[in-house]
Amino acid sequence: MNENVLSRAVPAKTSGWLHYFANPGRFLRFVQPILPWAAGVSLILTLAGLVWGYQFAPADWEQGDAARIMYVHVPAAWVAMSGYAMLAVCSLFSIVWRHPLADIAAEEIGPIGAGFTFVCLVSGSLWGKPMWGAYWVWDARLTSVLVLFFLYLGHIALIRAFDNKTHGYRAAAILALAGAINLPIIVYSVQWWNTLHQGNTISLAGGAKIYMTMLYPLLISTLGFYLSFLTMVCARVAAAVCERKTASALLAAAERG
Amino acid sequence: MIALIARELKLSLRHGADTVAALLFFVIAGTLFAFAVGPSPTVLAGIAAGVVWVCALLAALLPLDRLFGADFEDGTLDLLLLSGLPAYEIALAKAAVHWLTSGLPLLLITAPLAVMLRLPEAKLALLLLSLAPGTMILSLLGTLSAAVSLGARRAAVLMPLITLPLVIPALIFGTAVVTSDHPAAPLYMLGAILLAALPLAPLGAGAALRAAAE
Repeated sequence: MNENVLSRAVPAKTSGWLHYFANPGRFLRFVQPILPWAAGVSLILTLAGLVWGYQFAPADWEQGDAARIMYVHVPAAWVAMSGYAMLAVCSLFSIVWRHPLADIAAEEIGPIGAGFTFVCLVSGSLWGKPMWGAYWVWDARLTSVLVLFFLYLGHIALIRAFDNKTHGYRAAAILALAGAINLPIIVYSVQWWNTLHQGNTISLAGGAKIYMTMLYPLLISTLGFYLSFLTMVCARVAAAVCERKTASALLAAAERG
Repeated sequence: MIALIARELKLSLRHGADTVAALLFFVIAGTLFAFAVGPSPTVLAGIAAGVVWVCALLAALLPLDRLFGADFEDGTLDLLLLSGLPAYEIALAKAAVHWLTSGLPLLLITAPLAVMLRLPEAKLALLLLSLAPGTMILSLLGTLSAAVSLGARRAAVLMPLITLPLVIPALIFGTAVVTSDHPAAPLYMLGAILLAALPLAPLGAGAALRAAAE
């Protein structure tokens, strides 16, 4: 019942780049030619960063080869957090300006962001085994990422649970904003809890000084991860817009008989 | 708003079984922990505060799916929204009633459960002191997630999934009040969370109610 929302253009009065790209048709025309290039570049960047990191960068003096998982773990964590920020921004747009494109983007960011969060958790626990001697340690940052994963899952489940799509978008947007407000509190409280309940775990915070030979592959794979995240989100949004256009076209054809 | 609270209270008094069921769940779940970890007093005393907090959290979730559900189905919610009362006031009234019918009884029944779980007597006052704002936070955030999942398929299953991550800070600070040597600081944090949730949660819940009624 909401398909025709998409074909309705944004009123001409509301100018500005923000509203300019909120038109799904314009978004498609802009994004679709770029997508294959973006996919190629993100693949090359990710592969380059990983191959450099795993093959040519020096091993860590303290952690040895195990530290190489950093080239997957750290970019995944950054993308996971930025993904939730993006989700919150889309939710704000969908509540304030009721942009149909922001609604779709919020729906499509969820699974991809959750995927990156999962990669971060798995790589972190694999890194933890040789370093901490256990797959899971209730380290403050690991726990915060776990809660972030739960927030993603709640949003994914909620936005897909409504028969009335528009209602689902509103409800999920409110939940995403509540989560965004709560996330700093959660991170802070988990740190508190961690220092309260157990002594010092091995903290990686001391490793902020990092050699250039390790920094460059890390930056390149981070760039690759970010670009592939954006590419996947844009591809999914474009696919969703096409899906809805097809559905409304079929509906219109059926009405004509 | 007072009239709305009075109406809701009268309704829940007529359906007293719901409140009693939540209380029974709270007590039974608490005793299950004793069966699971064994009767050793030292072990029980160590986990008592956490067990009481988690059980209170889960028990407060039970009545949530009927919080707006009945009003949504029979059209009362539409009338309430048309009555001129702001949506956030409706949500706040519902949260207040949820606390009066589930949070307050939970507080009353906490003492016997805590004693059975061998919580040191000196800590009992701290536990109640932490649960008082804690259950209010649960009611506020629970109202938010009940409003947000109103009209969804399988809302009862969704509700814990979206509520529980949001209440983790309250759980952490709440149990810290009892277990740490300096109970004042986490208690202040709990109060701060309550003061933040008091205006924000009804605001979000009200917006969700409007979306549900559209």
